[in-house]
Amino acid sequence: MSKLLKQVLVIMVSLSWMSGIALAETTLVVVSWGGAYTASQQKAYHEPYMKANPDIKIVNDDSAAEGAAKLRAQSEAGNVTWDLVDVVAADAISLCDEGIVEEIDADKDLAAAPDGTPASKDFGNLIVTPCFIPQIVYSTTFGYRKDKVKTPPTSIADVFDLNKIPGKRSLEKKPIGNLEWALLADGVPVEKVYETLSTPEGIDRAFKKLDTIKSQVVWWTKGAQPPQLLADGEVVIASAYNGRLFNAIEVEKQPIGMMWDWQVFDLDGWVVPKGTKNKAAVMKYLKWATDTQRLADQAKFISYGPARASSAPKVGKHAELGIDMKPHMPTAPANSKHTLLFNYEWWADNRDDMDERFQAWLAN
Amino acid sequence: MAQIDSASNIEQPLTTADGVPLKVSLQRTLRRQKIVALSLVAPLFLFILFSFLFPIGDMLLRSIDNTIVPSELPQTTKLLQNWNEQSGELPNEAVYAALAADIKKGAKSKTINRTGKRLNYEYSGFSSLFRKSARRVQRLKADKVESYRKELIKIDKKWGNIKFWQVLKRESGIRTASYYLAAFDAETNEKGEAVFKPENERIYVNLFGRTLLLSFFITLMTVLLGYPIAFLLASLPTRISNLLMILVLLPFWTSLLVRTSSWIALLQKEGIINDFLVALNIIDSSNRLSLIHNSTGTVIAMTHILLPFMVLPLFSVMKTIPPDFMRAARSLGATPFTAFRRIYMPNTIPGIGAGGILVFILAIGYYITPALVGGTDGTFISNFIAYHISTSLNWGLAAALGALLLLLVLALYLLYDKIVGIDNMKLG
Repeated sequence: MSKLLKQVLVIMVSLSWMSGIALAETTLVVVSWGGAYTASQQKAYHEPYMKANPDIKIVNDDSAAEGAAKLRAQSEAGNVTWDLVDVVAADAISLCDEGIVEEIDADKDLAAAPDGTPASKDFGNLIVTPCFIPQIVYSTTFGYRKDKVKTPPTSIADVFDLNKIPGKRSLEKKPIGNLEWALLADGVPVEKVYETLSTPEGIDRAFKKLDTIKSQVVWWTKGAQPPQLLADGEVVIASAYNGRLFNAIEVEKQPIGMMWDWQVFDLDGWVVPKGTKNKAAVMKYLKWATDTQRLADQAKFISYGPARASSAPKVGKHAELGIDMKPHMPTAPANSKHTLLFNYEWWADNRDDMDERFQAWLAN
Repeated sequence: MAQIDSASNIEQPLTTADGVPLKVSLQRTLRRQKIVALSLVAPLFLFILFSFLFPIGDMLLRSIDNTIVPSELPQTTKLLQNWNEQSGELPNEAVYAALAADIKKGAKSKTINRTGKRLNYEYSGFSSLFRKSARRVQRLKADKVESYRKELIKIDKKWGNIKFWQVLKRESGIRTASYYLAAFDAETNEKGEAVFKPENERIYVNLFGRTLLLSFFITLMTVLLGYPIAFLLASLPTRISNLLMILVLLPFWTSLLVRTSSWIALLQKEGIINDFLVALNIIDSSNRLSLIHNSTGTVIAMTHILLPFMVLPLFSVMKTIPPDFMRAARSLGATPFTAFRRIYMPNTIPGIGAGGILVFILAIGYYITPALVGGTDGTFISNFIAYHISTSLNWGLAAALGALLLLLVLALYLLYDKIVGIDNMKLG
C-alpha cells in the first residue's frame, strides 16, 4: 500500500515538474499573410530561432489581411493576444497614429549591420514611421501574356494604350498606385506626381487617363487573383505583386513576361502591439529576426527584396528551385530603372477621400 | 363528528397533507416551474443579449460617437464655442494657445494622432496637420513664444485656413452626425448646411438602391426557379422525393466558397459555358459573354446559393395542401390552369412569403459572394461595410451604414407585415 502511495507521489511530482517546464516555455503569436509568405518566414526566421531557443515557441496566425482591424479590436477590448504583426507600411502608420503599436528605437532595439552601420542607417528612409520595422520591399509591377500580345509592353504608357496592347487588363481595385501610374503614363515627371495629385485638376487628370481604359479593366482585390486571371487568359496584362508573378513564371511555368517599368515599391514589416504579454521575448526575437543575415535568408524562399541595404549582397539562390534570386529582386539594377516609392504622408491624408472618389468613379 | 369536521374545514383554507395551505403550496410549485423554465431559457437569453443586442447597441452608439475630439482637445473645443465660424475671421490668440497646449499634452501621451485621424475623415489634411504639429509644438518654448497663432501657422499654414477651424468647431461635441451624413453621400458646407456631395463623389445611396434592387431580383429568381422544384418534390412519392431532396440539400452542405469559386470556373470568359457556346458556334470567340465580375455574376451565383432557402419552405407548405383540392376544382369544371391559379397557388402564398423574406433578408446582407463575383457593378452595401471595418478602419461610418441597413430591413419587414401579414408566413 505504502509502495503504491509512493509511486503515485513520484508520478505526481514528476508530472508537476514537467508541467513546470511546459509553463516556462513562452509562446509567441506571430501574425502574417499565410501561404508562401508565412512559409518563407517560418523557414528563414521561426524555425532557426526556435532551434536556438528551445524555450520559445512561435505560432503562426494567418490573419494579417484583417490585421489592423483585429489589432484595433483587441486593443479596445484590452486583451491583446498577438505578439508580433506583419503589416504593410500604410497600416503601420495608421496603427502608430492610433497608439496601438509600440514605438521602436531602431538603433537600440535592432541589430546593427555586420560592418557596424547602425540599424537606422541600414534601413534608411524605409522606416516610414517609428513603430515600423521593415522586412521586405515588394513591388507591384506588371505581368503580361507573352503569347497574347503582339508587341511586348515596355513602358507604363503601354498599359494605358489600347491600340498597342488591345484586350482586357487587370489593376488593383484601389486608387493607390493606379493614380500615380495614370499620371506617369500621361507624361507627368515622377517628382511632380504628388504635387499634381494635390490639386483638383491633377486628380481629374489622373481619373481622365484611367477613363481611357476603364471599359477594359478587370479589377482585382486579392494578390492571388492577377496571376490567375493571366493564366486563365481573362486578361492580357495585369498589375501584380512581383513575388506572385515569380511564382507563376518560375514554378507554374506560365507563359507570362514581366514588365518592370515604374514598378511601385511598397514595404512590409513588423509592428509590436502595445499590451503584448511577452514584450521582452518579442523584442529579443525581433532583434535577431531582422538582422542582416536573416533578411537575406528570407529572399531564398520568396522573391521579395530585403529591406536592409546590407542584406542585398547576401541574397543567394532559391532554396528549392536553385535559381539565383538576385535578378528576380525588384531592387535589382536591371529591374529598377524606373521605380516609385509611395508618398505615405500624402496617402495618410488623402486615402479616405481618394478611396471615395475612386469608388464613385467605378460606380458611374 | 367527521361530518362536522369536514364542514368546518370548508371555512378554513385548504391545506395539503403536511398542513401547508394549498394556495401557498400551489404558488410555490408554480414559482419553481417558472424558475426552471427561466433557467432553461436563460442561456439562450444571455447569449442573445451578449452576442446580439449589446453589439448592436454598441454599433449604434459608435455611429454617433465623437468623444475623442473633446477629450483630446478639451481646452480648444471649449474656447471654440465662443468663436463665430461664420465671421470669416480666424479664432483669437487664446484659442491658438489652448490648441498648442492640448497638442503638447496629446503628443506627450502619444494620443494626439488619433484625433488627426478622426478629423481627417471630415476633411483631408488633418492627419498630417496633427502629426506635424505634434512633432514641432513640443519644441516650442513657452517663454519665447510671442504669438501662438503665428507659431502654429508657421508650423503648418493649414492652421491659417478657416476651413480647418470650421470643421474643428463643428466636430467639437461628444456626438456627431457626420457619419450619417457621409452614409447619405452628404456633407456640411461652409455655411453649416447639410448638402449632397458632388455627383462624382456619391456612392452609398446608389449602392443601397442597387443592393435592394439586386436582392429583390434574386428573390424573384429563386421563386421562379424554386416553385417548380418544390412542386415536383411535393407531388412525387416520398421515396423518390426524398432522393431528389438530397439534390436540393447537397449544395446547401457544400462550402460557400467552393460553390462561388465553381461559378467563377463556369462563367468566366474562358470558362466552361463560354467555351461550350463557342464550340456550338452560337457566339464568336472574340465576343465571349461577360457573365462574371458584374451584376449578372452576382445574381446567378446568389440565386443558386439561396435557392434552398426558397425550396424548403415552399416544399413544406405544398406538402400540406391535400391533392383533393385540385381534384375537387377540376371536377367542378375548372381548367388545370384555373384550378392552379385559383386553388393551389393561393394555398402556397405562405410558403412564398416565408421563402421570399428569408431569401431577401439573407441576400441584402450578403458580402462574400458579391465580393468574389460582383466586379464593380455587382457589389453590395455590405461589401463597403466590410471595407470600412477592415481596411479603412472608419468604424464610425461602417456603424452608420450598418445601422441604416438594419433600419431598412426593419422597414421592409413592417411593409411586408402590412401587405402580406406576418401571420401569413409559414416555415413548415
